[in-house]
Formats: sequence, C-alpha cells, structure tokens
Amino acid sequence: MSPEKTPILEVSKLVKRFGGFHALDGLSFHVVPGEILGLVGPNGSGKTTAINVISGLYAPDGGEVVFDGASAGGVASHKLVHRGINRTFQVPKPFLSLTVRENIQVALAYGGATRAPSIAELLEDFRLKEVADRPAADLNSAQQKMLDLTRALATRPRLLLLDELAAGLNPAELDWIAGRIKALAATGMAIIVVEHLMGFIEQITDRVIVLNAGREIFEGTLATAVREPQVIEVFLGGEHAH
Amino acid sequence: MHNASKHLLFILAPLVVVFALLPGVYQNHLLLFNFVIFLILAQGVNIIYGFTGYLPFGYVGFFGAGAYGFAIMVMHLHTPAPLAVLVGGVVAVALGLLLTPLLRLSGAYFAIANLAASLAVLHFVANPALEGITKGPYGVSLTGTFNPSHAYYAAVVVMALTVGAVVYLKNSPFGLALQAVREDAVSASMAGVNIVKMRVIAWLASALVAGLAGGIYAWYVSVFYPDNVFSGEFSIFAIVFALFGGVATITGPIVGVLILYGIYNLIGFTTPQYFQLIYGLLIMGLVLFLPAGLVSLATRRGWHVP
Ligand SMILES: Nc1ncnc2c1ncn2[C@@H]1O[C@H](COP(=O)(O)OP(=O)(O)O)[C@@H](O)[C@H]1O
Ligand SMILES: [Mg+2]
Repeated sequence: MSPEKTPILEVSKLVKRFGGFHALDGLSFHVVPGEILGLVGPNGSGKTTAINVISGLYAPDGGEVVFDGASAGGVASHKLVHRGINRTFQVPKPFLSLTVRENIQVALAYGGATRAPSIAELLEDFRLKEVADRPAADLNSAQQKMLDLTRALATRPRLLLLDELAAGLNPAELDWIAGRIKALAATGMAIIVVEHLMGFIEQITDRVIVLNAGREIFEGTLATAVREPQVIEVFLGGEHAH
Repeated sequence: MHNASKHLLFILAPLVVVFALLPGVYQNHLLLFNFVIFLILAQGVNIIYGFTGYLPFGYVGFFGAGAYGFAIMVMHLHTPAPLAVLVGGVVAVALGLLLTPLLRLSGAYFAIANLAASLAVLHFVANPALEGITKGPYGVSLTGTFNPSHAYYAAVVVMALTVGAVVYLKNSPFGLALQAVREDAVSASMAGVNIVKMRVIAWLASALVAGLAGGIYAWYVSVFYPDNVFSGEFSIFAIVFALFGGVATITGPIVGVLILYGIYNLIGFTTPQYFQLIYGLLIMGLVLFLPAGLVSLATRRGWHVP
C-alpha cells in the first residue's frame, strides 16, 4: 500500500538452522498495516519456517523480528498472539474433539482481544454456521482451514500469516476467500500470504517476496517477478528438482 | 438454569447425599470409604488425563505423599487430623511442583517417568535411614487421631470439592482451554493459551486431590506401611475406573467407579476363584470395544453426556 506507512513487522537477516541446514539464511523484509504481502518460492524454500519463527513457534538462530516496534524473536507464541500476531497452518490444526464453536471460544476467551468479533459473525463469514456444533474432526480439510482462520481472527490480529490457505479450494471458493482476505486487509490488518497458486497471489497481493533456499531473491509486484530471469530459473529449476 | 448449576444439582448433590447417608443404612463402612476414595482418585485422574492428556501411571505417588504428610504431622507435631489432611494435600502439591519437568514428556514417556517417580518416592519414604521421620519400612501407627467416621465425612467433602472442580472444568473457558492444549498444544498457543501454565495448574490440582485423599486414608486406617499407601493398585484402579466410564466428562469416572468397583467387590465376595479372570476379561473387553468409555455408548448416538 502506501510505502510511507511505518511497518508493523520488520524482519532482518533472519537465520533458522535445523542441524547444519539453513532453512532461513538471512531473510529480510517488512509489511505495513493494510498490506497483503505474498511470500512465494519453491517447496522447501523456507516459507513455512519464516511463518513459524514470526509466530514464535521457533526461536531464530540469528537476525531480528520486530513487531509493532518491539522485538518479537523467540517470544512465546501466546504472548505474540496477545500482541497481535496470528496465523493459520499449512496442514490445518483444529482442536479435533472440540466442536467448531468451542474451537473459536477458546481463542475468544484466551486471545486477549479487547473488541473480539462475535462467534456468529465468524461462523457466518467463513461458512461454518451449519457445522458449528459438530466436532472439528467431522469437517473436511477446506473447512478445517477456515476454522484455523476463524480461530486466528477471534484474537483480532494486526498481523495475519496465511500458510497455503487456498490450496485445495475450487475456483468459486478461491474468489470468495480472496474477497474475504481483501476485506480483512481493508480494516488495516497486515497479511502475509504463502501460496502456490499464482493467479490467486496476483489477485490479492500488493507486493511479493520470492524466496529461495531461505533467502529473498526478489521483491516487487508479481507481474515484474515473473519476468525476472533469476525467479524463472528458481521456479523452473524447482519444478524439475521436485 | 446454567449447565454448571444443573450439573451441581443433578450429579454432585445426589452423589454427596447418597454417600453421606449410606453409612446409616449399610454396615460395611470400609467399603463405602473405599468407594469415596476411588471416586476422588478417578476424578483426579480425569483432571490430568481427561482434560490434559497426561496418563499418570504413578498417580499413587501423590496419594502416598499425602498419607505420609498426614502421618508425619500427627506423629511429630500432634497436629489435629483435619489440619494434617490439608498438609497432606500441600505435600502432594510440593511433590507435583518438583515433578513439573515431567510435563515436557508426552505419551508413554510421561507415563513411565511418572511411574518411576512414584517408586522413587516410595523408596525414599521407606528408607530405614529415615526411620526417625517416616518410620521407614516398619510402617506407621498413629495414635490419637483414629476416627473412621470423621475421616469418612472428610472424604465425602473432598469428593464433593473434586467433583465440583470437574464441573467447573466442564463448564468454563478454562476447562475448554485445557482440552485445547490436550488436542493440539501448538494451536492452543495460537489461541493465546499459555500451555505451560495450564498444564502445571491441572497437574497440581490433580496432585492436590490425591494428596488430600491420601491424608484422609491415613487418618481412616491409622496403621499402614509404605507399600500400602504407595501401592500401584491405586494408580491402576483409578485410571481404569476413569477410562471405563469415560474421561473428560463429569459422569464418566463416577459411573466407572460405581460399576467397576462394584463388580470388583461383588465378584470378590461371591466367586473369588474367578475373580482375576472375570475382572481381566472385563477390562480387555472395554479397551477393545469401548475405548472412549461407557459414556461413548450415549455420545455415539448423539446424546450429550455431562
Ligand atoms: N522442524 C524441522 N526440522 C528439520 N528441518 C525442517 C523443519 N522444518 C522445516 N525444515 C526444513 O527446512 C526447509 C524449509 O522448509 P519449509 O519452511 O517448510 O519450506 P516451505 O514452506 O517453503 O515449503 C525444508 O528443507 C525443510 O525440510
Ligand atoms: Mg510450507
């Protein structure tokens, strides 16, 4: 969006190692409020790891995460949630034996949001009303992803990290969720979207970061990215390699 | 009426009234006392296993610690029994605090480590070198506090508090959050739940009720050996009763104790020669056909079981 806004999240020279392997190798980027930033890159390039570090699941091995002006690297997840960060998971992780409603209630009660959204509204907005009183285990994968999202939204995040939320949705559902994500950004929420579907990324993002081997290799609009030789190389190489 | 009030009125109150009145009409007071003790222990297992997913194979450690906490207060400080029972609870909580690092383990590792910890406490208490404090392996014989009838009513009070705690867990965001941690700790933290704190609270609450039960048990029997109050049977029975009825419910562990401990005593009286066989088959059948406990017979039909 407007580049003069102060970033809500600033990541600099982030390093995350697993054993000797560098999953993140000096990653730097920022997001401003109301912006939808795309995080793209081949499988294994470190997108999920970046989300895991920013949401406090992993402590970084180097570099800095600054959220809303304060350091956020290595801070416990629940504290970051209270400060305004939330996320969804690539493989959805609802509380399986709890009902959909109870799943959301936990986040409403413990998420620390001052003006929490209403359950009815969340259920309605993300098409979970019919299954509200069923155990989350009964939902299909797309519905479980929506439940992850409503749980995140119940905590009123100012930074929302979406890890392949759209994977597995049909074209009509993609349009619908794209509209929802844009509506959230319009409220001032900063959103980072990890996605493989380029059409979807094109439709919703203002800007993308292309990752390869834990490093940023491009930053700009998707339209420019797809004309960068380095980006083309990585994606074609990536597709052949995997 | 709120669900919680309904649960207090229709589950907790009848249970307390029945067990408060039974000694007047039924002669075997020891049996009644054991029922109440197992109701407490099964609900204690429910709190830690049903709501947070930790299977406490060494649960008896808290019970034994409570019994010895009681005995030491009475022997050395001549503490009045009710106060000594509270100390028993405090001792168990202290042991629970000491064992909080175990909560980093999960599944079978936790269960085994907890079992090992309870054996360690047993051997510590039974150490002849501590004879001056615990009477070591020679056992405890308390004088001056013996009063089975008071001890029985104290047990009923603790049972009421324990069931009340489970009613709270079943009806509060706190209980919901505990279950969320059990289901998926990472997701629970993303719901804003401090998972370490929640686990520790549940762990200490279950330690407390077992410690109080142990203190009351010591009060009731007055004479016991380390092997009695640290007997693995307490852990196994409490776990089996809770699982048989169905955990993460209020009624499951109650039904489990009433039916299974009832049958246990019935077979024991009538056909002691087949006792182990029948009891073993029953438990096997349960694990095979009703892994989620008796209450799942109802929940499978879509009925809500409190
Ligand atoms: N917990 C982990 N332990 C070991 N290696 C991991 C772990 N998480 C991710 N990795 C490795 O880090 C690299 C980046 O993974 P990830 O961030 O999931 O990639 P992406 O989401 O971009 O597909 C991969 O090679 C992956 O195998
Ligand atoms: Mg990923």
